[in-house]
Parts: sequence; C-alpha cells; structure tokens
Amino acid sequence: MPLLSILYEVISRGAPFLSLQFFTNDALHGGIGPSIQGTLILIGLTSLIGVPVGILSGVYLAEFGDNKYASFLRTINDVLTEFPSIVVGITAYTVIVIGIIGSYSPIAGAVALSFMLIPIVARTTEESLKLVPDSVREASLALGIHKWKTTLRIVVPAAKSGVVTGTLLAIARIAGETAPILLTILGSNYFFQGFRSSMDALPLRIFRDARWDDPRVQAEAWGVALILILIVLSLNIGVRLVARGRFKR
Amino acid sequence: MRLKSLKKKLTGDNTFRVLTAIIAASAIIILFVTAYVLSTGAVPVVQRFGLYFFTGTSWNPVEGRELYGALPYVLGTLVTSGIALLIGVPLSLGIAIFLVEMAPKKVRVPISYLVELLAAVPSVIYGLWGLLVFRLWLQQNIEIPIHNYLGWIPIFATEGGGVPVGLDLFNGGIILAIMIIPTVASVSKEVISAVPDSIREGAYSIGATKWEVVRHWVLSYGRSGIFGAVILGLGRAVGETIAITMVIGNAIGPNAMPTSLFQPAQTMASLIANGFLEADKPLDKSAYIGVGLTLLLVSLLINIIAHVMVARVLKIKGGAVE
Repeated sequence: MPLLSILYEVISRGAPFLSLQFFTNDALHGGIGPSIQGTLILIGLTSLIGVPVGILSGVYLAEFGDNKYASFLRTINDVLTEFPSIVVGITAYTVIVIGIIGSYSPIAGAVALSFMLIPIVARTTEESLKLVPDSVREASLALGIHKWKTTLRIVVPAAKSGVVTGTLLAIARIAGETAPILLTILGSNYFFQGFRSSMDALPLRIFRDARWDDPRVQAEAWGVALILILIVLSLNIGVRLVARGRFKR
Repeated sequence: MRLKSLKKKLTGDNTFRVLTAIIAASAIIILFVTAYVLSTGAVPVVQRFGLYFFTGTSWNPVEGRELYGALPYVLGTLVTSGIALLIGVPLSLGIAIFLVEMAPKKVRVPISYLVELLAAVPSVIYGLWGLLVFRLWLQQNIEIPIHNYLGWIPIFATEGGGVPVGLDLFNGGIILAIMIIPTVASVSKEVISAVPDSIREGAYSIGATKWEVVRHWVLSYGRSGIFGAVILGLGRAVGETIAITMVIGNAIGPNAMPTSLFQPAQTMASLIANGFLEADKPLDKSAYIGVGLTLLLVSLLINIIAHVMVARVLKIKGGAVE
C-alpha cells in the first residue's frame, strides 16, 4: 500500500520534470546534471574500493573460514551491516575530510559508502561460494591445481552469478544512501570539481530540495526522486529477473 | 579435513590464504577505527559535562554558555522506534503468517517481491513522501480530529494548543514502521517456515483450527526467532537517519522532549544530520560525536540481542536453514 502510494506520487509528480535540460544543466540552470554525475562517480569509486575487498573477504570466509578468526570476522561483518549510517558518516568525516584530505571530497564519500558495501558483499560472496559443491573443489585439487588457482579460476566462476547479483543489489542499496554522504561530500550546485572539493549526488539533492521553503523547488525534488528510484529499482528488478532466469531449469 | 592436509603441502597457497585473511581483516579495521574516532571524539564533552550529557535537556552552543544534554534525543529515538514497532510488527507478522501459512503460490511470489522492493526504496524517498504527501493526509484526517476531541490528553496536545502540523513524533514513528516492515516480515517469514511441519500436523491432529495452530504452536515455537526479527527491526529504526530527519520536525533543547505525539521532536540520528556540519567549535563537534557514540552503543546492543535470539531458533530446527 505505502509502496504503491510512493511510486504513484513519485511518477506522477516527477514525470513533468523529465527533459533534456533537466538531465544536463547544472543546478543554477534548473537541472540535476551534477547530481547524476556525482552519483555515478560515487558508485564507481565505491565499487572500486568496496567490491574487490568485499569479494576477497568473502572468498576467505568461504574457503578458509573454518576457524575462530573467521567466525569472529563473520560476527563483525554482521555488526557492520547494521551500523547506523550516520555514524559511518562521522567516521569518514573525521578520518578523511578532516584528517587526510582536509576538505569535503568525493573520496571521503566513497570510503563511507565502502564501509557499508564491504560487509554486504563479503556476506553474499561467502554464501554463493558455499553453494559450490565440494566435489568441484576436490576434482580440481585432484588434478594437481593449486588451491588459490582452484578458488579463483574454478570456484569463483562457478559462483559468479550469485556474486554478481549480490554485489549489484548491494550497490543499488548504497546508491540511495544519504546520511553518510551528507557529512562527506556535502552537496553542491556544480559539476565535479576535483577530489578536493564538495560534490553533489541524487539523494542529497532530494534532501536539500525537499527542505527548501519554496514549493517550486520542493516539486523539483520529485523529478530527482523519479530518476533515483528508476536507477535503484531497475537495478533491483533487472538483477532479480536475470538471476531467476538463470537459476530456472 | 582431506582438503586441509592437501593444502598444507602445496606452496603458494599459504600466501593466498594469508592475503585474503588480511583483506578480510578490513572489517575489524573499520570497526576499530569507528570505535576509536567516536570514543576519542566524545571525550571533551563527556569530561566537561559528565553525567549531564546523558540526563540534561538543554542544547546550547553559544560561547561561554555551552550546555549539552542529550536526553531528549535519546528519548526521541526510543519513542519513535517504539511507535514503529507498535505499528510495524503486527503488520509484518500478519504478512509473514499470510505468506507462509495461507497464501497460494500465485499470491505468495508477487507479495514477497513487493515486500523486497519496499526494502529497496531509498530512505530519502520515504522522507520525501512523508514530508510532502503523507504529512498532509495525516494532519487532515487523523491529527486534527484527534486533537480537537482529545487534545486535553497530554500525548495529543500541541504547544499553546495550536493545530498539529504533521511534522512530529507520530509521523516519524509511522514512516519508521513502514521502513521496518520488510526487515521484520522477511526474517519472521524465515523463522515461521523453519518451524517443522510435524508441529503443525500434531496440532491439526488434535483438532486445532488454522488460527489456533498459528497462534499457539507456530508462533510459540518460533517466538525467540520472531523476537529476534523484531529486535532487528528495532535496530533499523534506531539507526535510520534521513527519512526521520525530514519528518520529525527537528525540535531542539527542552522542546524536543517527546511529551506529545503531535509535537516536533528529534532523534539522535536526526540531530547529527541537522547539526553536525554547522558545529564549528571543537566542543560543539564533540557533543555531536558523543551523541553518535551513544547511538552506536544503543544499536550495537540491540543487534547483539537480535543475533543471539535468531541464531537460537535457527539452531533448534537443526540444519534446515544454514
């Protein structure tokens, strides 16, 4: 019920805003170009940091995870998954915005989002790898192939669709996060200005527009929301459809 | 076991193992860094105000008269999350029971799907909807009528007896309720499907109706897991930031004490989202970080309880799931 109302409002109020200018202009000229660009940059950077770390962590947990250290790691991953997102924002702000870079930065935003991405990706990778039957591993080892090569060339490819699905779903989830990037990239009216400057993103733009005291600006937030929800939901639905098609026999 | 002894003999594999182990340690590093940043950041404000930080109600950043008390926000978080559970849990349990026990497959699949999509909607969009759509509906159809007739009861009062505006504890609680439904519903669905069929068959065989089976056998068998699902939902509600910031009205100081459903309030998370960046003095920042630390501890505690409870049930059913 609420989902239908939300979708209805977003589509009916957002659709009138769709136009080429709306996509490409910067915020001073009635467009959301910077926000789209910013969200794409954030997704890219976050994936660059978070996906390899997450997947390799998952590989460790699945392939060598039969010890105390690994079960400790699993608990910590569970805890991290449920971290309040604003707290992650404070951490990235203190360490990177204040400590390392000295200004608001897309990198700080990406680090904050990676903190949220890594535990999710690690978890789904571990679960997909565990679905690969041990006989596959044993067959490969029996041919004299090293364990590391078995893992990377045999086991991971066998679990590929699960890993990819999980990772894309995780990315769709963090693409809509607002709280951690609010404290790290701040938001901006301009296109990307380098790694030592603030940047915009779709969720931030919605947050700012919605709280503006001008009905016209508030209305604009629906246009932005439509774009964001299209990105997130199409990633979600698309990934699920593809995954289901592949698992169906 | 056989795999293990093989691996030891092969060279290069230990390198791989150690390498991935080090990368996997990033989770520990993230946790450690967060804990370090928050606890060192909170030291100044706690040193200066001591217990007042947790029991005081004033929030005054003016130089020379600084006073930071986080009590209204801690209570605000607890009250909004409480409302969310009160509304969200019965609905989620209803959905879960319906999906597992009653729905034919044709209905089950699309509904589970919708519930999952509900989880995928970004929180800022819930906030937008709560602020620009739901707020007006709530104000016109629920808050104003209740306020007119029952305004003399403190929890329905507004300051100075004015008309409720819809940006308040009540709206915040309801938005949170909607947001926790996917979590609570999907975990309790797992728990309920984990209840062995023999329990149901036994109950039916002594003549119980469907409703009695669900109520007295299924729910009581899975109660600790369902409790865990509820706590997990509570954890989400406590940590939720942006949606709540947009609808709770963002009161500050003693006014933020959650005394009435129809009054603007503030949660720990929304306080940080609103004020953290404007805080320019070190003590000011430290106060916000202190609130962040409190929030983290509360949510950690909740999560640990939840995981213990859920794990217990999943273990009982003995390997069917995991």
